[in-house]
Amino acid sequence: MPGPAPDERMRPEGRRNEQGIRVDPEAEATHEPREAVLAALVKHEPGVLAEVSGLFSRRQFNIESLTVGATMDDDVARMTIVIEEPDPGVEQAKKQLEKLVPTISVRELEPASTNRELALIKVDGEKPDDVNAVAEMYDGTAVDVSADSITVEVTGSQQKIDAAIDAFRQFDVQEVARGGTVALERGADTLQDDD
Amino acid sequence: MSERASIEEADEADEDGETAAEQAPVTTGAQSVVRALENAGAEYVFGVQGGAIMPVYDALYDSEIDHVTMAHEQGASHAADAYGIVSGEPGVCFATSGPGATNLVTGLADANMDSDPVIALTGQVATDLVGNDAFQETDTVGITQPVTKHSYFAGDADTVGDDVGEAFALADEGRQGPTLVDLPKDVTQGETDVEPGEPKAPDTYRPAEEADDANVQEAADVLAEADRPLILSGGGVIKAEASDELRDFAREYEIPVVTTMPGIGSFPEDHELSLEWAGMHGTGYANMAITNTDCMLAIGTRFDDRLTGGVDSFAPDADVIHVDVDPAEISKNIHADYPLIGDAKAVLRQLYDAMPAEPDADEWREQCQTWKDEYPMDYDTPDDEPLKPQYVVERFSELADDDAIVTTGVGQHQMWASQFWTFTEPRTWVSSHGLGTMGYGVPSAIGAKMAAPDQEVVCFDGDGSFLMTVQELSVAVRENLDITYVVLNNEAVGMVRQWQDGFFEGRRMASEYPWVPEFDKLAEAFGARGFRLEDYDDVEETIEAAREYDGPSVVDAIIDPEENVFPMVPSGGDNGLFALNEDHLEMI
Repeated sequence: MPGPAPDERMRPEGRRNEQGIRVDPEAEATHEPREAVLAALVKHEPGVLAEVSGLFSRRQFNIESLTVGATMDDDVARMTIVIEEPDPGVEQAKKQLEKLVPTISVRELEPASTNRELALIKVDGEKPDDVNAVAEMYDGTAVDVSADSITVEVTGSQQKIDAAIDAFRQFDVQEVARGGTVALERGADTLQDDD
Repeated sequence: MSERASIEEADEADEDGETAAEQAPVTTGAQSVVRALENAGAEYVFGVQGGAIMPVYDALYDSEIDHVTMAHEQGASHAADAYGIVSGEPGVCFATSGPGATNLVTGLADANMDSDPVIALTGQVATDLVGNDAFQETDTVGITQPVTKHSYFAGDADTVGDDVGEAFALADEGRQGPTLVDLPKDVTQGETDVEPGEPKAPDTYRPAEEADDANVQEAADVLAEADRPLILSGGGVIKAEASDELRDFAREYEIPVVTTMPGIGSFPEDHELSLEWAGMHGTGYANMAITNTDCMLAIGTRFDDRLTGGVDSFAPDADVIHVDVDPAEISKNIHADYPLIGDAKAVLRQLYDAMPAEPDADEWREQCQTWKDEYPMDYDTPDDEPLKPQYVVERFSELADDDAIVTTGVGQHQMWASQFWTFTEPRTWVSSHGLGTMGYGVPSAIGAKMAAPDQEVVCFDGDGSFLMTVQELSVAVRENLDITYVVLNNEAVGMVRQWQDGFFEGRRMASEYPWVPEFDKLAEAFGARGFRLEDYDDVEETIEAAREYDGPSVVDAIIDPEENVFPMVPSGGDNGLFALNEDHLEMI
């Protein structure tokens, strides 16, 4: 085939970054991953959780937590999904989630939204008074006590739960069950408004 | 089919012109399924019988819908896919549970990648056996969910018809794609008198029609100001029936047009504004234009990596206006500076009206013409060499009807067909793009011919690809479909061999097929007509003989086994640095 060789051809100066965004040499924007909390209303029917989790895994979104539960409406479930992605990834995750047929509405919650996680922490039962003292520091409650173990319930932000688990380590933590983040927008705003 | 004939006679005898099937009330879930397909206007079903789907087939016995028995379920899904591409209406395929359903998966994944409208109905074991690892049970919904727009598990005879109607509408509306309904045997056998309603997409699915006017105006202003404007027309233009709008727009504002590979046919390749298609094996001039444009109007394309090469070097100077009906495609791979979410046909009309002026781009059009002169699609044709595949395609293109439909398998032959056939009309190019499914050729030609019985259908296949679904030739023979298959036979999976030569030091591991059968004789064994083609002098005569044969014919074209596909952008490479030959590959 004829024609000029690759190094003899007309070429532009610019380039794009890995997100396909044109790079402006004066303000080269790099997108660092950030934590985003997505809340979704979905139809409450079999297989929806598998569909959503499958979407996130096959698109390689870095998922931190995914919780699902009933709402006031028997036909609707609410999911709270925490992901860690650069801005374009968060947008893409939101749009892909919106695309699923059982999805009713999706919103990324404000960073200031009310986020809570629940943890049950089972520790050695030898020092019940000390365990209670630590539990109180984290607004926790002992929910099960036996001769050998105490189970404490703690709710709060992910950081608070992490700190509480750390604090309980002195009592030999035997088992921890964490529930993942659930979240609501602050104020009167609700996800139903998006529908 | 004798049972069909008797039903048709019975229908003709019906004085008021209504068919018996239309009059009979629904009594079972299976009848409701078939009624839903009838309501949706389905003409054909491509499928294979089996235990769990038998009740649905039994209901089909009384229907006007024609069933085409395929040799393998993969063939059914590809035939339905091609039917969907050519007709624009969802193609329907049936399979039984377990292996029948899993055999459909390749075709569904293929349709999903190319946004082809397909609806698959699969049998399932009875609901009380689901989850028990019953005979021929598999989690069809779970397996197919990632490769469909949506998969339904139909659990109730009273609602199964509406499930099918919904799946049909969903496959067709917005961005088209495959859907599946899994039908447990007790549901299809179950009693019901509920007639399915008209097909209706689910209420959570609301694709946008027109784009926001302010956004359209902003995009039109940018495009009109461009010095080097370019239209990139994708498969979505064809799906949206927007080819006429595209042609009007490009001609009125004199903007050069590059297509994607699925977008082939959306703009006539013989028009002076056409630069044909871009990407890994696209034309040199299309790739030069892509690389150097300063404003790209991209319509109905998902910026697949075979189109973009490495994203860092894709249209690096361009403001990107991206028109797509699927919001999730916006800025997925290439950032859209001006996203326009809506139906391509509607948005092109909006843009047409909003353009303040024609871009001042005489110089740019001249530049594009220069590239056309510098990088013509070309190949060597010395008479003493083995037959060049490009010549066979080019010559066939000249001899064929203007509206002939070309289908292909996947591999080198697919690239030569797309490069050297001149496409001028939408829905005449039927190929497996996103999934790259070898074996797509033989069944896709069947689906295409069913959708357009009055149009010439040619299938270019490779020896490797042809062997993967050759059994479907029996279907073309049984249905007496006038299809010309041309096997560009290089006794290899040629694209793999080409990459091994280019990127694996010529270590041809498992890519050479010196044991392939003589395809002309194989064709005769199936009851088709077989031809063997080896010499330049026989090309025209053989093609004409195959075309004239009234039924399926197979031309076993023995081509130069060392011929490679150029131009080529290596995977993840820079479109502007395409190689025109092996030497260039060394340079880039």
